[in-house]
Amino acid sequence: MGKEADLTPEMRSQDLAIEARGLVKRFDGTVAVDGVDISVPRGAIYGVLGPNGAGKTTTLRMLLGIIDPDAGYRRVLGSERPTEVARRIGYLPEERGLYPSMKSFEAIAFLAALRGVPLAEGRTRAREMLEDAGLGHAADRQIRHLSKGMAQQVQLIGTLIHKPDLVVLDEPFSGLDAINQGRLEQMIRGLAARGATVLFSTHVIAHAERMCDQVAIIAGGKVPFAGPVDVARDRLRPQVRLETRVQDGLWRAALPADARCDVKATGSAFWYFTLPETGVEPLLRALIEGNAGILSLSIERAGLHDAFVAIAGEAAARALEETREEIVVKKGRR
Amino acid sequence: MVSNRLQAIWVIARRDFVAVVFSRAFIFFLLGPLFPIIIGFFAGAVGASVQHDLDRAVIGVAMSAHDGERLVAARAAMIDHMTGGVPDMQVIADVAPGATFDSRAVLKKRQMSAVVTGTLDRPVLTGTQGKIEDWRGMVSMFAGHARSDHPDFYPDIRDDVVATSAAHEHTGQVVTAQAGQLLLFLLTMLLAGMVLSNLVEEKANKIIEVLAASIPLDALFMGKLFAMLAVSMVGVMVWGCGYGVMVLFGARHLPMLATPAVGWPLFLVLGFTYFSMAYLLLGSMFLTIGGMANTVREVQTLSMPATMMQLIVFFLASFALARPGTWIEKLAEIFPISSPYAMLAHAAEHPSLMPHVLALGWQACCVAVMVRGGAALFRRNVMKSGSGKVSKRKGKLTEAAA
Repeated sequence: MGKEADLTPEMRSQDLAIEARGLVKRFDGTVAVDGVDISVPRGAIYGVLGPNGAGKTTTLRMLLGIIDPDAGYRRVLGSERPTEVARRIGYLPEERGLYPSMKSFEAIAFLAALRGVPLAEGRTRAREMLEDAGLGHAADRQIRHLSKGMAQQVQLIGTLIHKPDLVVLDEPFSGLDAINQGRLEQMIRGLAARGATVLFSTHVIAHAERMCDQVAIIAGGKVPFAGPVDVARDRLRPQVRLETRVQDGLWRAALPADARCDVKATGSAFWYFTLPETGVEPLLRALIEGNAGILSLSIERAGLHDAFVAIAGEAAARALEETREEIVVKKGRR
Repeated sequence: MVSNRLQAIWVIARRDFVAVVFSRAFIFFLLGPLFPIIIGFFAGAVGASVQHDLDRAVIGVAMSAHDGERLVAARAAMIDHMTGGVPDMQVIADVAPGATFDSRAVLKKRQMSAVVTGTLDRPVLTGTQGKIEDWRGMVSMFAGHARSDHPDFYPDIRDDVVATSAAHEHTGQVVTAQAGQLLLFLLTMLLAGMVLSNLVEEKANKIIEVLAASIPLDALFMGKLFAMLAVSMVGVMVWGCGYGVMVLFGARHLPMLATPAVGWPLFLVLGFTYFSMAYLLLGSMFLTIGGMANTVREVQTLSMPATMMQLIVFFLASFALARPGTWIEKLAEIFPISSPYAMLAHAAEHPSLMPHVLALGWQACCVAVMVRGGAALFRRNVMKSGSGKVSKRKGKLTEAAA
């Protein structure tokens, strides 16, 4: 930490793929994004976590230069004008779209050409990547004749074909089945392994928790937390689950006053409480010396979901759940 | 950055060009204007034939009685062996050898296209330059056969060119100017509708987001405009070839326009350039308007006022044509959208080239401004972008980061 503190802001900026300060965006008088600060380190997998309408897509669009912020500052891959470094960026929007009359490999080559890859090279690479993805048979098929999932994969290949330094994926997992979600997770890890920075938005905490080095929790257009996932989780004290042979004794003084107790028919008791600030050792000592009769003891670190609730509030967490349910219902209807 | 932008324009233009030209619908687009042209050709051919019969070209013969009769008889004997339009010949005066005859007075007073005087050995053909060029060989041949059934030589024809009046020539050039304006208007109107709906595909297929993230929006606009310009060039070439075929088969029946003041080659080059400018100016405006539409239905609703606007511009240019030297003419030449029409008419009537250099420069500037403005408007209204007043002061970042 001390080493990092010695760095000047400029030096720290060089280590960041994306840096945004105080981004504000209003639509027709409504504030969609309200002073967002984000710092995405180079080579990181970074998640923007929040429910629908939280401002995730608007933030990403501002970072990509699709729209300009009303206020604030952004620097992407060292440039204050994101469109100037567009060739080093791959972008998969939430609303996927390709020209329906184009053949798969042509559509990918077109997306590559937009990012500066010569057409012939793009076509060759497109065929290779389609083969690698198990879609070689679909290379000469028009997009309109592909299934939704296949079209989505074609677009994803088109997003990555020019080997971007920064990959921005807006809700990349939505619309994918479990198998393809797994493949996508692997692909994202592969990108990070080769040094690319991956920024993706999601409303699914599990994805962010499983994959991200850092997250920005966004709710109501604000970012109450941005940083490493571990730091978010460490905002909550670990939860203790204690099983004792007896229900009472001097050792009870070591437990917090709000510890919840669940007595079993056998006479043993389960205790649930937040680990006291003093730590594990004093607690264990008090339990042993007070003859609590420990049958089992587990200390669980807070999950990202709990951290999200603690950071963004119950309302945001509920909205996040509702977003998920909404999408599941929509998928079911389809 | 400039090369990146040009490359982006090329990528978009190439995609759109291929998508349009290699679609089945494009064949119908190409064939569309050919139907009225074919119908017009046949109708025109029939009409021209009727007109030809009613208003047959006549060459008056004013020679000695003997020479005159032999010349008319030679024509009558040969007409069955000749194709195309052979003018009639009428003896209009018996002119004694050595006497003078005022052919010019006859041309002014009587419905004669030309007059032959002199002798069979030395005929003199009086008429306009065009008529003399058309008929010199024919009259020489008739004179040769009039002298002998087996002519050993064909006499040289002496020309007596009647210059058409300045007023007559100007009237012809005005007709050429009107024809040029009309053609320009029809071509741009035909293509403007296509431009209007050009961004709907991207919006409907939701690819606009990827495009906006990959390339500058003005490059997208330019790419689309140039693609449609290239498409229109394909159309113009096909239709031009069609017209060429018709000229080959029925040139004599097609109306001939007066030579424009700058000459035909330059007039055609200017016509092509002004068409490109008119198309780019209107196209950039229509692309912006069309960009606001989300569905084909909305585009259809927008196409009506767009067409009306084009008509107003065309009427302004036509109106200005009838008022040379007035402020209306200047307005039509300076106002960007009507400028190509007005300047094409200018080329038909005035030989100077400098006004065209200035006009083309001005129009190119207007195209650039309209494309940039259109892209900004599209970005603001469709992509819902903001004022763009982003803090670029590094100090601010340094403070924030610290």
